[in-house]
Amino acid sequence: MKVRVLFFASLREQVGSAGEDIELPAEVTTVAGLRAHLMARGGDWGPALADERRLRAAVNQDMASLGAALRAGDEVAFFPPVTGG
Amino acid sequence: MKIAIQREDFDAGAEARALSRNNPAVGAVASFVGLVRDRNDGTAVSAMTLEHYPGMTEKAIAQIVDEAKGRWKIVDCSVIHRVGELQLAEQIVLVVVASSHRGDAFAACEFIMDFLKSQAPFWKKEATPEGARWVDARVSDAAAAARWSSASTKNRVA
Repeated sequence: MKVRVLFFASLREQVGSAGEDIELPAEVTTVAGLRAHLMARGGDWGPALADERRLRAAVNQDMASLGAALRAGDEVAFFPPVTGG
Repeated sequence: MKIAIQREDFDAGAEARALSRNNPAVGAVASFVGLVRDRNDGTAVSAMTLEHYPGMTEKAIAQIVDEAKGRWKIVDCSVIHRVGELQLAEQIVLVVVASSHRGDAFAACEFIMDFLKSQAPFWKKEATPEGARWVDARVSDAAAAARWSSASTKNRVA
């Protein structure tokens, strides 16, 4: 299935990308699976996504846990803890 | 209800007056304004840049406001958050809540602000003498939001 992945703030700078559309292998069905798939690219991807305490995710613009399931066409975002206000 | 993410500055007084104008049910308006401060974590800060997640930001704030409306009697409210580059002492965020009585207005304003800080997808990057740095999330901000889960704070101002 194909999903859209977005990156924000320090994470966007670390991976050098604001986002992309990505075709996922059949075994990737959750946010955690997508994270592992991206980390397996090597280079800056591993370190950028490694620290679970500093990683937040959203699916279709709602905060989501790493265990959240993915469906074709989902918009998945990875970012550090928020610091607005 | 107004939710705005914008680069431009805002007029807090005008926004507050807009909530009570033509609405005689409003007996109290509480507001909070967040500003760019000159120090953070012991380091001088000269400016900051705010990034957000367009779409999710508005959705997250709307959900926070809905939650506040379920807890307190709110007549109307406005939330404005700026993005882009901001200089020292510039306004960053405005939360204004209009209610019939001050207890609801005060509490809802603080609640919306606490959850905005821990749930709305904004990120600050500060300019410091050592270069630009992303601001780390504070444990105290998560704690500020968590305390609202205690029922005892729900109607703390009678």
